[in-house]
Amino acid sequence: MATPGPARPKESDWTKPAAMAIPKEGYFTLEQGRYGPIFPKTPACHGFSVVAKVKDGREQAVRDYGKSIEEAVKNNPSVLAPLKLHYLRWILFDVGSGLHFMYQGIFDTDFDKYLEDAVALFVKTGITTVFVNLEGWPDDWKTNLSAVIKFFREHQCPSFLEYGEYPYVTADQVKKALKLKAAFANMLDLMQ
Amino acid sequence: MVILQQSLTGRNEDDALELEDIQHFLMSRPPARAARYEFLTFRSAACGRAWLMGLIDKVGTAKAVGSNLVDSRWVTIGFTWNGLQALGVDEVSLATFPEEFRQGMAARAEILGTTGANHPDHWVGSLARPELHAIAILFARDVTERERCRKEHERYLAQCTGVELLSCLDLEALPPFDYAHEHFGYRDRLSQPVIEGTGVELTPGSGPPIKPGEFFLGYPDEDGPAAGMPQPGILSRNGSYVAYLMMKEHVGAFRDFLREHGETPEQQELIAAKLMGRWRSGAPLVLTLDKDDPSLGADFQRNNAFTYADMDPHGYACPLGAHIRRMNPRDTAVNMNRRKMIRRGGTYGPPLPEGRPEDGIERGIAAFVGCASLVRQFEFAMNVWANDPNFHELGNERDPIFGTQDGTFDMTIPKRPVRKKIRGLPAFTTIRGGAYFFLPSIRALRYLASLSGDHRADLNYED
Ligand code: HEM
Repeated sequence: MATPGPARPKESDWTKPAAMAIPKEGYFTLEQGRYGPIFPKTPACHGFSVVAKVKDGREQAVRDYGKSIEEAVKNNPSVLAPLKLHYLRWILFDVGSGLHFMYQGIFDTDFDKYLEDAVALFVKTGITTVFVNLEGWPDDWKTNLSAVIKFFREHQCPSFLEYGEYPYVTADQVKKALKLKAAFANMLDLMQ
Repeated sequence: MVILQQSLTGRNEDDALELEDIQHFLMSRPPARAARYEFLTFRSAACGRAWLMGLIDKVGTAKAVGSNLVDSRWVTIGFTWNGLQALGVDEVSLATFPEEFRQGMAARAEILGTTGANHPDHWVGSLARPELHAIAILFARDVTERERCRKEHERYLAQCTGVELLSCLDLEALPPFDYAHEHFGYRDRLSQPVIEGTGVELTPGSGPPIKPGEFFLGYPDEDGPAAGMPQPGILSRNGSYVAYLMMKEHVGAFRDFLREHGETPEQQELIAAKLMGRWRSGAPLVLTLDKDDPSLGADFQRNNAFTYADMDPHGYACPLGAHIRRMNPRDTAVNMNRRKMIRRGGTYGPPLPEGRPEDGIERGIAAFVGCASLVRQFEFAMNVWANDPNFHELGNERDPIFGTQDGTFDMTIPKRPVRKKIRGLPAFTTIRGGAYFFLPSIRALRYLASLSGDHRADLNYED
């Protein structure tokens, strides 16, 4: 369920850029969601930054997985649509404590729903997940949704600042606006 | 079908539904016009088990009720997690039940969105209290038969010292009896999932049959073989969870609202239809957008034969926020096969005669939502579909029929050239109580009744 942060008006104004400083816990007031505390929607929408250690010798497997997502989206551009994403950023880094993987996603559904839908997607499409290469990932992930959600919740590093130049706008709204623009352009062409 | 010789936790090889072992409640709906729900507490494990033992033979199995035997029993028994504990189920086993069931519905209010006037602080009948242990649901052909059963159970309870009635609710179908409807006048019981392997005929638009594991524990579900079932298997297999909700309907406020927003009776009917997604006759808006069609509403070959993505993507017929479009977005949501719910229950309280102002008498729907995972099915529907103000990007809306409304949410009715927005929707319903129950199989009921030990005897709850 969408949780209003302190600064979030009921109907938000996309013309006013907004920044939100977020407490250490990742939320302002403890509000329970179905699987744990709710992370608020910020000017940069919903999202997470999940950081986990890569198992020894799995770097290439993780990198290859980037390729397989690229292929999957090429073959079926709407394959990730259920996740209501704006952007995904996958990063590998090592700052001296071993190789870590960071999964940053910005999306329009809440945290729990994103994960439920993501696991369903992995199971349905038969693609496994890049997470099997990470330490702590539950072996029974296909049948144990709460273990998966626990993994994500434990490895989530909440932002302490998020900013939106056009705050709170969803991907659907952006797409609608661009469609409208294209339709207008087309109309103006026809009027020449 | 015969239950094959099997170990206590074993299963039929072919995963055929064990109809003799499953309580009938979610499988078939007996032709009942009256019902009574009794909410009970056990002062000791031994007396709870003795009460249960004497009732098991009255519980209707899916096999008996499905075959429409005249003398079939229409009793259903369910337990809260506290109730399982009070019967003496051991801690190891109790810990294998899912978190949301262990916590109970009242503790999940924030997740469900049952806040404000819907909050458990205001619930009636001790439903939010930890001493709620069991429910006995009784369906009866008519009120006379219900009264007979009520007295019989009353006599039985009098013999069972230590089992006490916390509260009860009598239900009666609303006249005319030739079709199911509720106090606002909407025809009900039109759409429900069909369970694979039950032989129930698929009507057009009901969607593909759903795997039994979505409703009955121990069977394959839409994702594959059963996994992570509560232990021991004999306790969980063939069982289901139900979420109970008692919802008061403010019929006076509902009718005032229709009059306020529609000048003519036709316009008022249209407003009622827009809130629900169906005309009160049951005819779906997607199939008949500007005129009611009662014959369509009554025709089960046609009254569900619609989708949204291709037939009504923008909601010009059925608004995106209408009750049925929220509770079953059909082809406009993902993983729908994992979000299905079986609805049961009925209406309570006398009808408010047409033209009469609100009389303040309690009336409404007392319903059960059956599923195999409360968090994935029922709680999802409450959290995401009913009470998330931003469902379908609507921004500031909740389910107009039973979402938590406090006059600050809206309802958008898409219309050409410009949509209509009703600001500050009033609450047409108030949640008066609710609870999570587990409906064990017949074998599990016997298992529970024959537990030994009394490790939680004389439970005392202080609060
Ligand atoms: C007072 C409260 C409620 C009223 C008056 C009400 C009334 C109705 C009516 C008249 C229908 C249309 C008939 C049909 O499609 O079978 C319907 C459909 C439905 N309702 Fe409710 N309902 C209420 C609460 C709930 C609750 C609490 C839930 C579940 C959490 C729920 C879930 C559904 C579902 C799943 C459908 C079928 C939608 C479809 O498949 O198209 N309803 N309701």
